[in-house]
Amino acid sequence: MSALAVRGLEKRFGGLRVTAAVDLAVEAGERRLIIGPNGAGKTTLFNLITGELRPDHGAITLFGADITRVPARRRAHLGIGRTYQIITLFPRDTLSHNVMLSLLALMPLRWSPFVRLDRQTALVAAARAVLTRVGLDHLAERPLTQTSYGERRRVEIAMALAQNPRVLLLDEPFAGLSIEERRDVLALVTGIPRDVTIVMIEHDMDVALDFAERISVLHFGEVVMEGTRTEVVAHPRTREIYLGE
Amino acid sequence: MKRLAIVATLAVLATLPLWVRGTFYVNIASQILLYAIFALGVNVLAGYAGLVSLGHAGLFGVAAYTGAKILTSGYGHVVVDTAALAVTVAAAAVFAMLALRGTGLGFVMITVALGQIVWGVAYRWISLTNGDNGISITGRPRPFGLSLASPHSFYWATFVVFLTAILSMAVFVASPFGASVRGTRDQPRRMNALGYHVWMIRFVAFLFSGWWSGVAGLLYLYYNEFVSPQAVALTASAEALLMVIAGGTGTLLGPIVGAALVVVIKNVASAYIERWNFVLGAVFVIIVIFMPDGLVPGVARLARRVSMVLRSGPRMATTATRDETSR
Amino acid sequence: MSLWLLLAVNSITLGGLLFLLSAGFSLIFGLMRIPNLTHGSFFMLGAYLSTSLIARGLDFWTAAILSGLGVAVFGGIVERLILRRLPGSELAQVLVTLGLSFMVADVCLMVWTGDPIRIDTPSALRGTTSVLGLDFPKYRLAVSLVAVVFAAGLWALLERTRLGAMIRAGVDDPSMARVVGIRVSRLFTIVFCLGAWLAGFAGVIGGPILSVYPGLDAEMLPLALVVVILWGSGSLLGSFVGSFIVGFLYNFGQAMFPELAYVVLFLPMLIVLVVRPRGLFGRQAA
Repeated sequence: MSALAVRGLEKRFGGLRVTAAVDLAVEAGERRLIIGPNGAGKTTLFNLITGELRPDHGAITLFGADITRVPARRRAHLGIGRTYQIITLFPRDTLSHNVMLSLLALMPLRWSPFVRLDRQTALVAAARAVLTRVGLDHLAERPLTQTSYGERRRVEIAMALAQNPRVLLLDEPFAGLSIEERRDVLALVTGIPRDVTIVMIEHDMDVALDFAERISVLHFGEVVMEGTRTEVVAHPRTREIYLGE
Repeated sequence: MKRLAIVATLAVLATLPLWVRGTFYVNIASQILLYAIFALGVNVLAGYAGLVSLGHAGLFGVAAYTGAKILTSGYGHVVVDTAALAVTVAAAAVFAMLALRGTGLGFVMITVALGQIVWGVAYRWISLTNGDNGISITGRPRPFGLSLASPHSFYWATFVVFLTAILSMAVFVASPFGASVRGTRDQPRRMNALGYHVWMIRFVAFLFSGWWSGVAGLLYLYYNEFVSPQAVALTASAEALLMVIAGGTGTLLGPIVGAALVVVIKNVASAYIERWNFVLGAVFVIIVIFMPDGLVPGVARLARRVSMVLRSGPRMATTATRDETSR
Repeated sequence: MSLWLLLAVNSITLGGLLFLLSAGFSLIFGLMRIPNLTHGSFFMLGAYLSTSLIARGLDFWTAAILSGLGVAVFGGIVERLILRRLPGSELAQVLVTLGLSFMVADVCLMVWTGDPIRIDTPSALRGTTSVLGLDFPKYRLAVSLVAVVFAAGLWALLERTRLGAMIRAGVDDPSMARVVGIRVSRLFTIVFCLGAWLAGFAGVIGGPILSVYPGLDAEMLPLALVVVILWGSGSLLGSFVGSFIVGFLYNFGQAMFPELAYVVLFLPMLIVLVVRPRGLFGRQAA
């Protein structure tokens, strides 16, 4: 049983087939990289998996359970976590508050109008712990607006890790980062334990290749090639897709 | 510092009838408080949930009219208040289910339509609401046997309700639910992906907002001992929104300042300036253009700038404010 | 029978007026995404301006055109000085235009006092005329005709001229329009002034039927809103058809269910908004 499987997934926008009969299966604990030129439909695929988009055809299963009809807000509770290509954090709040919102999302406490959020010591401590994991605990009380882009990328990952996902989707986690920052994020990501299955989208292959075990190549919404890192890198078609446009 | 300001303000408000000369001003103060409660209610949606409603006078009016109808049918105040608030919350539920079908501008327009429907009923369904003539009631409630007939006693009763409202707002804002509501304002898509039920959060916030709008509506009824379609007009909803915007959305103090501003301009300034509507509109336009966050944050920013200039020269002030506006 | 006929004629007349009013609103909202709540004020201001012009001896139609111009100039000033400072912020635009409507209403009250002012029907169009054996008031027919003429004119403008093509491009895809080189900011001012002119002109045309009085703006604006929201913004056909439907709904609703007049009017709007947030004809989400 795969951790995450997608069968015959299809999505059209108007006349354009953005996702075309995609079949993908990621095994538990695997590190899968999805690459492809711009417009290949990578982020759309993620949006379909998280439920933010509804597919026209096809099925999505999570550890064998069909989640195709499950609304997006339930999928977080089932163990899917994700980061976004464009940073979508809560700008008016501190890092700690941002992570607390992520932790709170899966707790019944989120409905309580009576208690004080900042007095929930267990929650605050848990947020602190997550920030420590990404190396940002010294900035816990810093407002998000006063952090650097690289720090915000790490907060994005913290938000996803906070929910202890079983499957983690990383959408271009290295975008816009300096070489040093990329190394930090790569270390962070490779340090994630094997009980989390990771699927990463990256457009730029340099850093991502170090991370990947298996690679799926997306082109015009279809999976045109899949294999181990060495197989895909060596294949002439890969260069064709990236250079022969 | 902030806490001191709040305590001081509350102390001033609590003792107001003791040091203000003349029942006219005490009545103004009562109006400010009841409209502040209304503005706080509207702010729950506009400020904290990011949902701007131009139809909240409809809920305000539903409470006032329901109260008036049941009272004139001969029931006691306890029944009247409970029933009026229950009906208002039910109306808020209906409003919410319809308005939440739209987002942004669509939400606003649906609330306009809803407010207009309530107004239309108040204005035209004469057999039910007496139309333009409105409904008069005799006598204010007598909580614990105390009479509220005098301006002073009514003020204090309103102040107590106002305190309750502020407290409940403060608790709401600091709570996990309050944080969820603010989250849906800032990043609804993210909240959904994180596992929050965005629609339900907004729906409950709407009910909470409707409740306090209803309370304000009842206070309005008891203050005037009368209700007419005026209270439900589009201009009434606009004024409520103006109070929130003028004072500053998403703050607790803002709606109160905004309510004070609008009520004072309407009542006091109109004694000196004939064209208060013009002034109101102008204030609105100026605030929206120059202080889009509202008066309270705007004045706070201004105060900070002034203190920076005083401390270390003009250059410091401009760099500081640039950081702030990079939100 | 003749009561229903009269109602029908009045409905068509109201529809015609509404079309002139809502076409402007629809263009402004469709192109500039500005919910111009000052539009009712434009209508009222045009009517008031014409009363002064007519009192000075101008004839009805000249006064109508010039009043429209006056309102257009005012609209242009508003757009350039105020609305331009708030690009993209729909909430701010709603609030500012609302505030402006308060201001305009008060200024009108100051200048023209609170008494309703009658605008006389132009002498050439007084009385009734016989069509198909039935007597119709000449002026009301004229109004409907004017509306049709303007509808055709606007259609020609949108479909057949370069300006119209730019407007349509801007409505469909503003950012693309900019990229292609359309001077969007100048286009916005032109469209806003055009919309304001139409509203002011409509106010004058409606004068002999509705008179001018404080509160006219607040009465006409919701009707225009209903048309635009129900029938879609940026759609000329939608505004045209919708205006007449709203005219009928309003008049017949008032006659048949006087107690529920506004409900009859707003309930369909509500239903459509809830079921199809884009309106029935429109191209963009509300």
